[in-house]
Amino acid sequence: MVRPGVARRIRGLSDRALAWLFITPTIVLLLAINIFPLLWTIYLSFTNYRANRANVPMIWLGADWYQSILTDPDIWAAMQVTAHFVIWTVVIETVLGFGLAYLIDKKFRGHGMWTTIILLPMMLSPAVVGNFWTFLYQPQIGLFNYVVAFFTGRPASSFQMLGDVTLSPWAIVIVDAWMWTPYVMLICLAGLRSIPDYIYEAAEVDRASKWRQFWSITLPMALPFIMLAVLFRGIENFKMFDMVNLLTGGGPGSTTEVASITLKRAAFESWRTGYSSAFAIILFVTVFGLANIYVKALNKVKSR
Amino acid sequence: MSNDATPSIARPGLADRLLRRGPLEATATMIIAAGVVMLMQPFSLTLYSWSFATTLFGTVMFTIVSKVRE
Repeated sequence: MVRPGVARRIRGLSDRALAWLFITPTIVLLLAINIFPLLWTIYLSFTNYRANRANVPMIWLGADWYQSILTDPDIWAAMQVTAHFVIWTVVIETVLGFGLAYLIDKKFRGHGMWTTIILLPMMLSPAVVGNFWTFLYQPQIGLFNYVVAFFTGRPASSFQMLGDVTLSPWAIVIVDAWMWTPYVMLICLAGLRSIPDYIYEAAEVDRASKWRQFWSITLPMALPFIMLAVLFRGIENFKMFDMVNLLTGGGPGSTTEVASITLKRAAFESWRTGYSSAFAIILFVTVFGLANIYVKALNKVKSR
Repeated sequence: MSNDATPSIARPGLADRLLRRGPLEATATMIIAAGVVMLMQPFSLTLYSWSFATTLFGTVMFTIVSKVRE
């Protein structure tokens, strides 16, 4: 129960003051959880700070860590591993996702049930998916090797998806595509369902073939949605950590060491906090830049 | 005596046409995309070294020009 004195004081406040009163806790929380750690990370990226030696006085290094990261061939290699992962997952997910959306949009008998089945992988936690696929990829007992053996005739135990230098980058691509193709399908389906029927009817009147309708109506009108899916999956996979960490941990060697795994190793295995802060800022700026493009694309889709 | 009743319409100059949000945002987007490509390409370490500066410039430019009039 509000005391009469407090109630009188609240009643005396203007709408604007009341609004501030309500949003202040949220702003304070936002500053404490998001803005302060970001500013602190930027500060640490210019110092020699190590989290396991917190008592050692910090020395200001300027842009030394940035210079070191941006001339390091190992970090460059990690960025290329990330690029391989991002490009292939986005290409596979977009092609399969759009194809599935195109089929589901035809509203055949039982399409609702198939949509639910296709969406199942997306609903699982990446930790569960990582463990689940680790078992599927087991060379001795894993189902994946048996399926490949069935179709190719190679012995099931003759190859290791997660232990082979050539195959492991593709192993993580397969898992990500399996998990996130349904998401791309959903976005593409929204795009396909937003195309008015009268455009197809007009095309039918003009005797346009199905192929022509696809290239001249379906694809151009669904393109903003496809771009949205590409950008979103690109940003998400650029930051990918959990699934790769569970499946391969960056190995064998450093063949699947994506940028976030390199960052984790520098921060929590080598304890080079200043260095890893600089690397985190480089990744943050990249993601922030891509997010700007994403928001622009999103606004374009919304304005349709 | 000629009496020209046609109102004169001031044509926007090159600066007016270019200094609008649309083209500036498109330019910033291109710079960000170039920065990201430079970061991940496997061909030149020099391009990789300049990628962060390029992306940062594009991002700051995008943030500023998104406040420019339409």
